[in-house]
Amino acid sequence: MLLHAHTATHPYPTLPYPHTSILLKMEYEAVIGLEVHTQLKTRSKIFCSCSTEFGAKPNHNTCPICQGMPGVLPILNKQVVEFGIRTALAMNCTIADYSLFARKNYFYPDLPKAYQISQYELPLAQHGWIEIQVDGISKKIGVTRIHMEEDAGKSIHDENITGSKNYSFIDFNRCGMPLLEIVSEPDMRSPEEAREYLLKLKGILEYLEVSDCNMEEGSLRCDANISVRPKGSTKLGTKTEVKNMNSFKNVQRALEYEMARQIQILEEGGRIVQETCLWDVDQGVTRPMRSKEEAHDYRYFPEPDLVPLVIDKEWIEQIRKSLPELADARTARFISQYGIPEYDARVLTASKFIADYYENTVKLYPNPKVVSNWVMGDILRKLKEHEEADIRTCPITPQHLAGMLKLIEEGTISGKIAKVVFEDMYATGKMPEEIVKEKGLIQISDEKEVAAVVDRIIAANPETVAQYKAGKQKAFGFFVGEVMKATQGKANPQLVNKLLKEKLST
Amino acid sequence: MKISIEQVEHVAKLARLHLSEEEKQEMSEKLSQILTYMDKLNELNTEGILPTSHVVEIKNVFREDKVEPSLPEDQALQNAPDRVNGYFRVPRVIE
Repeated sequence: MLLHAHTATHPYPTLPYPHTSILLKMEYEAVIGLEVHTQLKTRSKIFCSCSTEFGAKPNHNTCPICQGMPGVLPILNKQVVEFGIRTALAMNCTIADYSLFARKNYFYPDLPKAYQISQYELPLAQHGWIEIQVDGISKKIGVTRIHMEEDAGKSIHDENITGSKNYSFIDFNRCGMPLLEIVSEPDMRSPEEAREYLLKLKGILEYLEVSDCNMEEGSLRCDANISVRPKGSTKLGTKTEVKNMNSFKNVQRALEYEMARQIQILEEGGRIVQETCLWDVDQGVTRPMRSKEEAHDYRYFPEPDLVPLVIDKEWIEQIRKSLPELADARTARFISQYGIPEYDARVLTASKFIADYYENTVKLYPNPKVVSNWVMGDILRKLKEHEEADIRTCPITPQHLAGMLKLIEEGTISGKIAKVVFEDMYATGKMPEEIVKEKGLIQISDEKEVAAVVDRIIAANPETVAQYKAGKQKAFGFFVGEVMKATQGKANPQLVNKLLKEKLST
Repeated sequence: MKISIEQVEHVAKLARLHLSEEEKQEMSEKLSQILTYMDKLNELNTEGILPTSHVVEIKNVFREDKVEPSLPEDQALQNAPDRVNGYFRVPRVIE
């Protein structure tokens, strides 16, 4: 917040991306730690009763407390503490029996008190870990600490909104929104591991139902510390901090870029400068930021307006008992209950909402492996095409998907036609039966009807028939293709195969 | 403990205070005196005693997660020296 993109000139080399063209003298590895801020989905703010709703008119959710007026007192929202404990337990942390709030002091227009209430010396929880899987290997990533804090307001610098280069606009709606800051150990060794950690973390927060985790809306934000060193070395290199990575894809891209940039400097005999940089998503580069003031001198001290937080064992145990089934437990259950491979189970349970979707579909169409193939294949592909769209708002609901799978099973449509129905369902949200009826996509399973087409195709291609009979097996596929083409893909494939075999062997 | 003029300037800058040369001198002396007194306190053996962050013995003051009406727009922006379209308008803060 105190730092600004320095865009005029910058000493960074322009690197090709991806960075593959340079022959390196040695092999490097990255050392990455992530700092994640997640907005908790409470109804009201952390220290006052203003609503946390997203998208309200500017400054409509503010009061004397979150506007930082003199003489007001913050009061801690109990739900924030419960969400914090829930998260800390799921990330295997030790919860502090005694923790304190602290003031982090800095001046910025979107911080009306000129300090942020955060936690410093005695945070809510410490010493946890999250387990990730990369290339089929499990790895524990340490969670250094989890603490609660308030968000700052929003500054708008966009000239299209402010109408002038001379002004910024301030909206205090976000001021006082409850945040958890989750700080990892520098345990990640590649940008891919960092992405996996972040996905796993998001998955946990979603399972716990403590945050919406929407990176675009800012309810999940991520900063990274990254350094590189020769593989096998135990000495840490000089690190840089990367900010402004507002999607999962961008976290990986930004870290890949920064890693390549640092390696290039080292290969050329240079030195890494410890600094903060911003990811420029349009240019695909990181740029150093310039500090407007002595940014890291926050002069923390205990917040006198908030009393200590004392958490006893009973409270923790009560919350522990209420924890939902998390991804790892659900993976194990999917394997035993549905008999699907571990790989499938992991992909499906990475997100609570995908797992819910899968289970709801299996309830309607009890063939777990078939459903798994469709969800992992076509559904996830579709969501990816639409910028990691949310499965909860997918036009193809479990009812749609199960309905379509039933139509395939009953022989009403072929697998090939199903792909057409699938695309149509996604585009229109119509039920599969309706689409099949409307577009006349019902499979032709009438033997006479298919036989007539098969005869016609055979008669029209005497040369290919001769080749096939002379031993050219491949020609069979040509006939299948022609029959399907002639019936717009509606002929029952088994029937086509059977009839072609019969008729071509006579 | 001695607080130098440079340290006074640094802290003043962080607190957005503009001090005259005389004031800097005065602050340097006064802050040094305060910290010298802290040195005196440091002579006490405080081993095994938690730092005091609050002098009153109260803990766990919570509110329930309930929404109450916020300020109406007019009142929310009443103290704003400058406002546009429901926003506080401030001098541009980035270049």
